[in-house]
Amino acid sequence: MRATLRRTLGLAWVVPALVLVGVFVYLPLVQNLQFSTLKWDIYSGSQEYVGLDNYARLVDDPVFWSALGNNVLYAVVSVGFQVLGALLLAALLDSVRSERWQRVLRAVYFIPSAISLTVAGLLFYFIYEPNLGPLNHALRAAGLDGLAQAWLGQESTAMPAIIAMSQWQGFGYSTLLFAVAIQRIPREIYGAAAIDGVGPVGRFFHVTVPLVREMTGLMAIVTISGAFQVFNEVMVMTAGGPNNSTQVLGTWLYRSGFVRNNFGYAAAIATVLFVITLGIAVAQLWAARRRRVEW
Amino acid sequence: MVTRLSFLGVIARVFMWAFLLALAVVVLYPLLWMTLNGFKTNAELFGDPFALPLDWSFGNYAKAWNRGVSDYLTTSVLVTLTSTVATVFVSAWAAYGLTRVDVPFGKTLTAAVLGGLMLAPTVALVPLVKMFQAMGLYNTFWALLILYTAFRIPFTTFLIRAYMIDLPREVDEAAAMDGAGRWTCFWRVILPMCKPIITSTVLLHILFTWNEYLFAMVFTSGAGVQTLPVGLTSLMSKHGTDYPVVFAGMVIAALPVVLLFFLGQRYIVKGLADGVGK
Repeated sequence: MRATLRRTLGLAWVVPALVLVGVFVYLPLVQNLQFSTLKWDIYSGSQEYVGLDNYARLVDDPVFWSALGNNVLYAVVSVGFQVLGALLLAALLDSVRSERWQRVLRAVYFIPSAISLTVAGLLFYFIYEPNLGPLNHALRAAGLDGLAQAWLGQESTAMPAIIAMSQWQGFGYSTLLFAVAIQRIPREIYGAAAIDGVGPVGRFFHVTVPLVREMTGLMAIVTISGAFQVFNEVMVMTAGGPNNSTQVLGTWLYRSGFVRNNFGYAAAIATVLFVITLGIAVAQLWAARRRRVEW
Repeated sequence: MVTRLSFLGVIARVFMWAFLLALAVVVLYPLLWMTLNGFKTNAELFGDPFALPLDWSFGNYAKAWNRGVSDYLTTSVLVTLTSTVATVFVSAWAAYGLTRVDVPFGKTLTAAVLGGLMLAPTVALVPLVKMFQAMGLYNTFWALLILYTAFRIPFTTFLIRAYMIDLPREVDEAAAMDGAGRWTCFWRVILPMCKPIITSTVLLHILFTWNEYLFAMVFTSGAGVQTLPVGLTSLMSKHGTDYPVVFAGMVIAALPVVLLFFLGQRYIVKGLADGVGK
């Protein structure tokens, strides 16, 4: 009896965390599903049950599909730069003989990830600026006047420009992690491969790549998951414009709810985001389970 | 063998260094440009973006500071400090319970706390706004403190828990033998042993909170509750024609975390490497 009581008292350790996560993370998730069935004007307070109407509207909404497409593009480019590119770069860094230089370069590449996306976004807003921006200035100075343009002001270049900024901001983060993973590979393995006459390229494909496979898988999942949650950089640089060409699911959700006052519709977009990120999270769990992490 | 390869090896090395250094320039130049612009006048900025400032005065920094950056900075510091203490304490507390106390339904509760890792803040946005309005916390300091704490508990608990699992059981037994209760054991024995991971989680939480934008933008609007990331965008819209002042504000916002990263690099790297499986 007393033992049971003592065990129950042990709950006191977990309760604060559980309550906070339960009330502010899980509960909103459930409420979101309910809200997505409402036509809801937050200012007048009127709520009307409309069933799956919001989802039906979603299917017919061209901006929703182009936003989803932008997220997918984001994910594809980010996997290229922040997973494959970062892995290559980390391997290259590892072949730098001076350990101090390795550390310095790793830290330099990471700096943009330490500053906020807001600062980075504003910075690139100015870099892309058509008149005073250094990008167009440099192009003109190089005699490439034809290439100078309003990078964020036209539909064809705005999304690529934002994604490019994002790669600048994020590649150092994954490079750092890959560099750490590569450092954990026992040096003898590289030594043995070198003695067998395997060149640097062969060592990359036959030693490095297989031995950091877990990190690669995790980075891919983290990167893809991040690409579907993109919000900040788009909001700061274009707010979804011009003509909705840079909307992503996050900004379209925000705009639908907080600007156009259609919270039910925003909740429906949130459900789609939830399903996507949950799918990615399940993949992540599965990957984590294959490591020795115990859940 | 070695001599035959060395010529090619030298060429490869030259290319590698050229590439690595070029990349470093691509990363650093925009940041240097940003810092220099904080010293320029509007006319200089519009003239030649690559020129150095003529007059190295801190006037723009002072202007930015007086036009709200000091308020944003104060709010950012307060939210960051309080939510860091709250998050790390609640997480360490939970991690202790989940690893060293025989809690009923331990496995389920562990999954419940860590499961929060999978949920994106965007998804919870609409209901959270409604909830905070109902609680009267919308547009208050408390909203950010609660959200930053709640949403980071899963990740922070995950890191601390992973570290605590590996601490030897004998430590607890020895403490109990000496008559230490649960609380004393947590506070005096286990927590001090967790210092490296606590440092990592503190630094990672600061990096996150200082830079967070979505919640800060949606949940605050008035002066006095806005944090730096949101404040910078209002500085931009209010004084959008006085660009050097905006640049000065950006530098003020970026500098503390960059310095923090260099000071705590070892711990940040360790924390990230252990936690990337979040």
